[in-house]
Amino acid sequence: MDAFTTHTGIGVPLRRSNVDTDQIIPAVYLKRVTKSGFEDGLFAAWRNDKTFVLNDPTFSAGSVLVAGPDFGTGSSREHAVWALMDYGFRVVISSRFADIFRGNSGKQGLLTAQCSQDDVELLWKLLENEPGTSVTVDLVSRTVTAGDLTATFDVDDYTRWRLLEGLDDISLSLRHEGEITAFEQTRPSWRPTVTT
Amino acid sequence: MAATLAEKVWESHVVHRGEGEPDLLYIDLHLLHEVTSPQAFDGLRQAGRPARRPDLTLATEDHNVPTTPGPITDPVSRTQVETLRRNCEEFGVTLYPMGDAEQGIVHVVGPQLGLTQPGMTIVCGDSHTSTHGAFGALAFGIGTSEVEHVLATQTLPLKPFKTMAVTVEGELAPGVTAKDIVLAVIAKIGTGGGQGYVLEYRGSAIRALSMEARMTVCNMSIEAGARAGMIAPDETTFAYVQGRDHAPTGADWDAAVAAWSELRSDDDAEFDAEVVLDAAALTPFVTWGTNPGQGSPLGEAVPDPESMGDDNDKVAARRALEYMGLTAGTPLRDIHVDTVFVGSCTNGRIEDLRAAAAVIQGRQVAEGVRMLVVPGSARVRLQAESEGLHEVFTAAGAEWRLPGCSMCLGMNPDQLAPGERSASTSNRNFEGRQGKGGRTHLVSPLVAAATAVRGTLSSPSDLEPVSEGSL
Repeated sequence: MDAFTTHTGIGVPLRRSNVDTDQIIPAVYLKRVTKSGFEDGLFAAWRNDKTFVLNDPTFSAGSVLVAGPDFGTGSSREHAVWALMDYGFRVVISSRFADIFRGNSGKQGLLTAQCSQDDVELLWKLLENEPGTSVTVDLVSRTVTAGDLTATFDVDDYTRWRLLEGLDDISLSLRHEGEITAFEQTRPSWRPTVTT
Repeated sequence: MAATLAEKVWESHVVHRGEGEPDLLYIDLHLLHEVTSPQAFDGLRQAGRPARRPDLTLATEDHNVPTTPGPITDPVSRTQVETLRRNCEEFGVTLYPMGDAEQGIVHVVGPQLGLTQPGMTIVCGDSHTSTHGAFGALAFGIGTSEVEHVLATQTLPLKPFKTMAVTVEGELAPGVTAKDIVLAVIAKIGTGGGQGYVLEYRGSAIRALSMEARMTVCNMSIEAGARAGMIAPDETTFAYVQGRDHAPTGADWDAAVAAWSELRSDDDAEFDAEVVLDAAALTPFVTWGTNPGQGSPLGEAVPDPESMGDDNDKVAARRALEYMGLTAGTPLRDIHVDTVFVGSCTNGRIEDLRAAAAVIQGRQVAEGVRMLVVPGSARVRLQAESEGLHEVFTAAGAEWRLPGCSMCLGMNPDQLAPGERSASTSNRNFEGRQGKGGRTHLVSPLVAAATAVRGTLSSPSDLEPVSEGSL
């Protein structure tokens, strides 16, 4: 995973709440067995609508998505994160994220920056009034800057540290392999196994 | 110190705890299916890692499989299923493929095999893993990176959840089911209301539910945004588990029951939040919008977005009514459907099929309505057929299918056409979930069956009595 310290890119205002992962990438796109090329499925249904924000050339190269509350609800599909990243997004800003989506994002290096809904509204206004405005997201200082606007965001300390260092979870867990083995020896013998 | 059920299960699975780090939790059972696992196996292969505990890992084919006889015709779906078969072979994981007597929806298969037991940690790359919480297990959906993580380490680094008590006291009226309870809970707390929480369902109405009904309730916890839903195990739970293929036996059974009996929230345990529902006040519940929180009692009308206080709710409801092709003020009972779907990990178990069959027996599916009945597993299908339920459905004009996720999600041939409207016993009414442009109303199996007969959203009490001659 690449380390993430700061990112600057075009902000995309997505004025919708409850953006579920079926909207981020419909199920029909989940059939690949590879980890790349999911950008064509991103918001596939909405992209049929000419007025959808990503169909505006000003925003089509966007990399910072500013969305309404409860982003990423529903299905656990990590393809939602892959689709956003394959398209070019590096940051999603929202006032509230669904738990599984936030977890999936952290593992892939997509930053989920949680801002207040008031700041999201200000960002929306700015990005709509001045389309193409760049947004800078600084993970070190936990700030979002766009035009004259500066806002702080929340991200948990552990995810922030992993993103800043570019560390992958499996290697981190395997440092505790001795403890895992020791734990396995204390499990009740009546716990089921699939094979017996 | 007093602890909740969720905290007790959590504490008993901590492998490593460090300052400022998430806890590393041991995972007792890892369930796999074809859609969210290929990239995880690929990751193992690239890193040269084995699956640590294939004996605690089980795979089934469910999301992509057709529910009519014959091979998978869609080449992309076929590749995904074939990839799962190759991966399971290579990594030594037990797989129940299409056509196997144990195949079915992953969340139906685990419990029926007795692999789902109280006090376990259970994960799957599928958000409806919360189903298994009905046994007092801590069970939740994970993403593909986490699937790879569990395959490699049999653990997951997790930040503690908050706990919410969802107390449902009283007695349900006839015709009101577990599905109505959980739809009412979601409408009350909203699709984000459970975020960060493990819900514990409790109270006399929950204790009175069968195991299968409890699974329906826990299944939809994720639709309130919750990570998991749990119900403390009791005699109902033990009776369900006992005698199943993977259940403990003899002295092990006694030891297990003794341990399981401790799995309840202490009387003085504190929850971070609490919601209370009066079971007696509940009526059949249906959704009118495009998220599971947008639901109302069947006796009401499509709500008016303009009367909603919250601006986000207002905008979301306006959009939902436009997508659903509905007008505020229309009685829900006047809404015509094209398709009725009975099945899914929410309502595809034998009791669900029995409930739907009891309503449809001696009646006919309304003209112009298509009804699909899809058992949740091969075992459920065989059980239903041994009881003659398939004949009840087919005599009424419904289609009796092979097990799979089917119309719950548009990944297999069972889909709605654009603009088509369904009454569905599944769990999500998202835009396009059942097929591009499809319109979904979430309902219980009883409401589904009654709706099939009348052609409009209905409960069994709306039906004319079956005449003697037609039985």
